[in-house]
Amino acid sequence: MALDWSIFCADTIDQQVQANCLGVGRDQTYLGWLIEAWGQTIMVAVLALGVALVIGTVVGVLRTLPDTPHGKSRIARWANLWVEFFRNIPLLVQVILWYHVVPVVFPVFADVPKLLLVVIGLGFFTSARIAEQVRAGIQALPRGQRYAGLALGFTTRQTYRYVLLPMAFRIIIPPLTSECMNIFKNSSVAFAVSITELTFFAQQAGEETSRGIEIYLAVTLLYIISAFAINRIMAFIEKRVRVPGFVASTGGGH
Amino acid sequence: MKKHLLVSAFAVALTTLAAGVQAQANDTLAKIKSSGKVVMGVRESSAPLSYTLGDGKYTGYHVELCQNILKSVAPGATVEYTPVTSANRIPLVQNGTVDIECGSTTNNATRQKDVSFALTTYVTEVRTAVKATSKIKSIADLEGKTVATTTGTTSVALLRKHKRGADIKFTEVYGKDHADSFLLLESGRADAFVMDDNILAGLIASSKNPKDFTIVGETLNIEPIAIMVRKDDPAFKKAVDDYIRAAIKSGELNKLYSKWFLSPIPPKNTSVNLAMGSVLKDLLKNPSDAPAEEFNK
Repeated sequence: MALDWSIFCADTIDQQVQANCLGVGRDQTYLGWLIEAWGQTIMVAVLALGVALVIGTVVGVLRTLPDTPHGKSRIARWANLWVEFFRNIPLLVQVILWYHVVPVVFPVFADVPKLLLVVIGLGFFTSARIAEQVRAGIQALPRGQRYAGLALGFTTRQTYRYVLLPMAFRIIIPPLTSECMNIFKNSSVAFAVSITELTFFAQQAGEETSRGIEIYLAVTLLYIISAFAINRIMAFIEKRVRVPGFVASTGGGH
Repeated sequence: MKKHLLVSAFAVALTTLAAGVQAQANDTLAKIKSSGKVVMGVRESSAPLSYTLGDGKYTGYHVELCQNILKSVAPGATVEYTPVTSANRIPLVQNGTVDIECGSTTNNATRQKDVSFALTTYVTEVRTAVKATSKIKSIADLEGKTVATTTGTTSVALLRKHKRGADIKFTEVYGKDHADSFLLLESGRADAFVMDDNILAGLIASSKNPKDFTIVGETLNIEPIAIMVRKDDPAFKKAVDDYIRAAIKSGELNKLYSKWFLSPIPPKNTSVNLAMGSVLKDLLKNPSDAPAEEFNK
């Protein structure tokens, strides 16, 4: 199998190999375009990750709110509904819904930039999954922890802030790492709604150059690099926040 | 969709590996004779040139033309159909999986380095579809507008070229397939949809209200579409070309054109309704296998 990598130095219009592989001025090479597409992928993934972590934490916490005397609290029910709604619809369908359907049904969204719509779509989808992990983390703690917080005179908010969440987050770092890596891989659905990210690049450049194998290999490598970078960051955080003695009881990390 | 892409990329990788092992057999006619079968590459949804009716049945203008060609140059050989995609059609012809590709492949200089093309049998002109109520009448009217096209097509490069020329400024949006791009136009996310005229005509004909859309403006690009065969097999290419030349002379090609572009065709029994363009008319007088670059100087 002969691979010809020179295609990455070729100009995107006349397909001539350029001396400067990154392209000069207005001229763009496939390598330049690939890097630009990678930037779009990172942007979508990082912004969506921000949305997912914030909403996922809030929804996850709300789902574990103590029961009222009348049964489950209404807020917890809404939070459960959020999770079930966003994790029961395929991601690709959700992204297309945000792009094509939501702006028609709710005119406010008509002028929202398309990148933001994808970030909302991917972020909400992932928030449902993170919420589930946060809930699991909190419920994995011994019940006594919550009571200890209350016994110290903490309000519910303070109990979560100082007692429950610091421990719960430490427990769920491994599944959270997977989720953070997934968001990079899942960002590939953005190509379906006109975001010029890596998958779009692979499809378009592959067609233009008929060098699909080289292009797919390069794109695959960039996805691996991006997801693995997140993996290393999370591993670093996991190591730094480890509480001696506590983590040992939950398996000692991985 | 994503999965589909990866699977086809993987398939291409595997078949390319296989090709390295097996010696390149460059005599297609001998290969057909010895194996008793010929493999025709077809498209799933390039109506009316080449498309599926389901159940592994393929039909269309180029498919029927190829069936006639094969009946003449390889009588008695069984025809086996292999669906190909934009991404894998060239590797599959190069490595011998497909003997003759009868889809909707543009003949251009880049591809001529890898494969050969028979005489041009269809010419598509890249044009612009807009809503009938819009004021867009030409390319100049696209200033400041949003223009849609489909990922994985030559039109994307065409728009990029115009943009870098910077004569007019517009925003591009990309549909993941033609139906998606048309939805962008229909829903108002895009003001115009730039694509091959036959595809635009087909989409408009099968839309909810065909009268709401119209094709306007000058031709942005001319693309000769041709049947693709392996490179360095002059005997097979000559046999195919000779048949096409004879078919032009006898009027068979004109009849095929009318059947697929001007009359109702399956599965919906609607007509694409696209009269033969002037470029193709001229080409039928002087058949040629010149690449797209020759037409767009």
